[in-house]
Amino acid sequence: MTRPRRISLPEHTVEIVSDAGEGAQKAAIAFAQLCAKAGNGLWTVEIIPSEIRPPPHTTGSASGNRIRLAERSQVTNAGNLANVVLAFNEMALLSRLQAESLADDVLVLIDDQWATHENENYRVSYRDVVEQFRARGSTILEIPLQRETLRHVEDAQQGKNMFAVGLLCALYSKDVLVLQEVIRKIFKGKSKQVVDLAVKLAGAGYEYGLANLEQCFEINAVPTDVPKVAMNGNTALALGAIAAGFELCSMYPITPATSASHALSDLFEDFGGFVHQAEDEIAAIGVALGASYAGKTALTITSGPGMALKAEFQGLAVMTETPLVIVDVQRGGPSTGLPTKIEQSDLLHALYGAPGDAPKVVLAPSTIEECYYILSVARKIAEEFRMLVIVLSDANLATGQQLFDRPNVFATPPRSQLDLSPVPTNALPYAWDPTTGLSERLIPGQPGGMGVTTSLNHDRDGKACYDAERNKRGHAMRSRKLAALQQTLQRPRVHGAPEGELLLVGWGSTRGAIEEAVDMARGAGHSVSSVHLQFLSPLPPGLKDIFTKFRRVITVELNYSDDPQAPLITEENRRYGQLAWVLRAATLLDIDCFANVPGRPYMPVEILDEAKRILATMDTKSPAQRLTAVEGVS
Amino acid sequence: MSAIAKESLLEVCAADTHTLEDYDAERPRWCKGCGDHGVLAALQRVLRKNNVEPENAVAVSGIGCSSRLPHYLNTYGFHGIHGRALPIATGVRLSRPELPVIAIMGDGDCFSIGGNHWLHAIRYNINAVVLVLDNEVYALTKMQASPTTPDGWKTNTTPRGTYLHPLNPLSAVMGMTNVSFLAQTATWLPAHLDETIEKAWDHHGLSFVRILQRCPVFMPTAFGEGGVHFPVVFLEHEDGIPIHPSLLNRGPAQPHDHRNINEAQRVAVTVDPAPMGLLYQNPEVPAYEEIRWQRKAKPDYETFLQRLDAAMDNYTVS
Ligand SMILES: Cc1ncc(C[n+]2csc(CCOP(=O)(O)OP(=O)(O)O)c2C)c(N)n1
Ligand code: SF4
Ligand SMILES: [Mg+2]
Repeated sequence: MTRPRRISLPEHTVEIVSDAGEGAQKAAIAFAQLCAKAGNGLWTVEIIPSEIRPPPHTTGSASGNRIRLAERSQVTNAGNLANVVLAFNEMALLSRLQAESLADDVLVLIDDQWATHENENYRVSYRDVVEQFRARGSTILEIPLQRETLRHVEDAQQGKNMFAVGLLCALYSKDVLVLQEVIRKIFKGKSKQVVDLAVKLAGAGYEYGLANLEQCFEINAVPTDVPKVAMNGNTALALGAIAAGFELCSMYPITPATSASHALSDLFEDFGGFVHQAEDEIAAIGVALGASYAGKTALTITSGPGMALKAEFQGLAVMTETPLVIVDVQRGGPSTGLPTKIEQSDLLHALYGAPGDAPKVVLAPSTIEECYYILSVARKIAEEFRMLVIVLSDANLATGQQLFDRPNVFATPPRSQLDLSPVPTNALPYAWDPTTGLSERLIPGQPGGMGVTTSLNHDRDGKACYDAERNKRGHAMRSRKLAALQQTLQRPRVHGAPEGELLLVGWGSTRGAIEEAVDMARGAGHSVSSVHLQFLSPLPPGLKDIFTKFRRVITVELNYSDDPQAPLITEENRRYGQLAWVLRAATLLDIDCFANVPGRPYMPVEILDEAKRILATMDTKSPAQRLTAVEGVS
Repeated sequence: MSAIAKESLLEVCAADTHTLEDYDAERPRWCKGCGDHGVLAALQRVLRKNNVEPENAVAVSGIGCSSRLPHYLNTYGFHGIHGRALPIATGVRLSRPELPVIAIMGDGDCFSIGGNHWLHAIRYNINAVVLVLDNEVYALTKMQASPTTPDGWKTNTTPRGTYLHPLNPLSAVMGMTNVSFLAQTATWLPAHLDETIEKAWDHHGLSFVRILQRCPVFMPTAFGEGGVHFPVVFLEHEDGIPIHPSLLNRGPAQPHDHRNINEAQRVAVTVDPAPMGLLYQNPEVPAYEEIRWQRKAKPDYETFLQRLDAAMDNYTVS
């Protein structure tokens, strides 16, 4: 038997898709863990049908995973067009083409049972789709997935996925023994018969690959002694909530936030906490606020539509200076929108969604690793500043898996204890420091601190009042805390050179793709840099200074902006991406945006292309002129 | 409260350390003759009688005339937003189950904007005293119809009379799974009000009390001219709410077994005469916060870290 020829590569992106329920997800998880064990850096993205039981053998039924694996241990985003796709049927394959996810020369591995299927419609559509791919320059490997699996089981539905992952193991020159170990772990708790069969099928897939593949890939890992974990952002949030010392998470189910609550529900009681599933999102934040008021800062997790329902309670948290943390795992909007897909469209709502002037802190993790740490930061700020902190995650972070350094859990500080020591009678509930607006709060149970906490305007003594002077003071003090926090923030680091032609500004989960695009652009000799904002409110210091070192500044965001070329759109009525709005207002600089709503993460190459397009338009204009303030208003 | 009543109370509770004044905060700003004054006084008496440390009680309210009550009570108080007292109260109970909680709401607050929370709070059965001060109108916003505004009543939003029959909160409560305590009383029956709030305080679980409340400003003729011509029947049981003989001038007494849910449901649907007293009580229904606290572990710091480490193991790949 001649072994397949090995081709060494620095990285690859592979997609595995089947009908919902056929197990491509499981196969992908096993494959990702196999790669992780080998030391490959990786990022995975779930491919999820929007419906629970879509009709089989349709594009809407495609379910699976995209896996980007690399030699380097750090992979920061989902990558570019996929190099390999393994599909259980041609409609699943077609769905990836429609998603604009595959390279033209993608290597397609597809179950060949449809070529000779008794249903003529399947035969015809199989031939059509395969032809379509050939015409684009793809290589097609027709695999007897169904037939080979049937040699080991009666119902191929229950095993094709394991055969497939064995085949991938051969395709990527991985160790089949490690794969089988991974499978045993994944199937832990299933009967011995089921586990043994899965292991056997994976072995069979592997052997089939060795015997039949002409070439295979090798993506060597850079060995490291640093222990690594692989998890998705919602799991990271759940573990991070525990590490942050929260005791209560109150929520109402909503995609794509729910799985964070699932992960937390699984564990929280063992750690002395619990998840309360409230009757709606309003109650969910109300319960969290009540718990926070009672002295134990709580958390509520939701997504866009739920954020809308929480708006009034946000105002209450701000007015009463009750520490509180909201996580918004953003999805496509408005309304029900694209429930399972990524968008970064809640920034302005997070900043301004609560009626009245409601200053609050808004943070956004940019990696899955940051999802783990961010809730500790959020909680600390909420408590020290007596503020509402909103954490903006998104569907990309929520369901993607990333490999990162295992957090040192032994560095987790103990949960803070309630301080119920007496205070002097007449202690002020809002003893605002006149410079910073900061004050110590009183907690039920503290002798001497009795009094009402009210949603009405109030002064230092907490009592309702309606006059101008005390209304102005309340507003100023609540707002001042943001300035006090801003003074403690660091100037953001510029990725690339600190000055040049084009600066890309991002926030949230687009960081990896933006920085990779910058690296590619710089590698090709273009003067492009980027800066990433973790704090959206308050904005970090030094932005204007950083921006004015470049000729053009554009935000890169996954939200809607009007195309300047579209009918009726003028400079006067054009709507910008959300961060662009914020930065234009904050700096009075003419900041543009690359803001779009594809319902999937940006690929680095898309950002690169946009950067090159902008640079090309700039070259035609007069030479080096730095970005200056908008005329007449600076 | 009259000086004599205060004296006699002090005598009964001579061993106790708190006085009624200990529960006084700023002077109430309700209108003269408003039924809310009486509810405040009754609450202060029950706190005094149980010798509750003022720092250990939490009074939570929504928005409305009635929801101002925590401003006037010298405990910890949270005057929140319209309709949302119950989620906040639930949050306090879930995180600090050692603190007694009293939730105070208006009829619009509880039955209309807060309706969803109302029904679910009864099912959670948190251990709290829940008082609805039902003046059958939106008072703070100046006389709009509420869900309990009487048939045909003219308000600013129904100038030609209401369109719908009023909601019966008692039957709604009795229809909820896990209901554990339901009573009805009125602000013009102070002795009955006192006894009812005391009973509610003593109950373990969510004690839901609908208090028919006089609003002489917007509803001067409601409740039969403020109770004068208002048909009531007092529910009588040896473990029920005591019926002071003077009350019998207002209406007859009728035997009622508040431990029998079917009987309670039957009584709850009658509105004329209005049943006064304890409709239902079942102290066996577990309180939600206690279920949750019983099921959660209380790991020490070491164990906490070990468990987090073990959780991390599940995701460790190399
Ligand atoms: C979200 C919201 N909607 C409306 C209001 C206006 N509002 C304040 S109190 C109230 C009704 C008060 O009626 P009720 O709850 O019966 O209390 P009462 O004043 O009669 O004691 C309304 C509609 C508000 N404060 N918040
Ligand atoms: S308006 Fe009515 S309910 Fe409000 S304080 Fe006056 S009497 Fe009481
Ligand atoms: Mg009312």
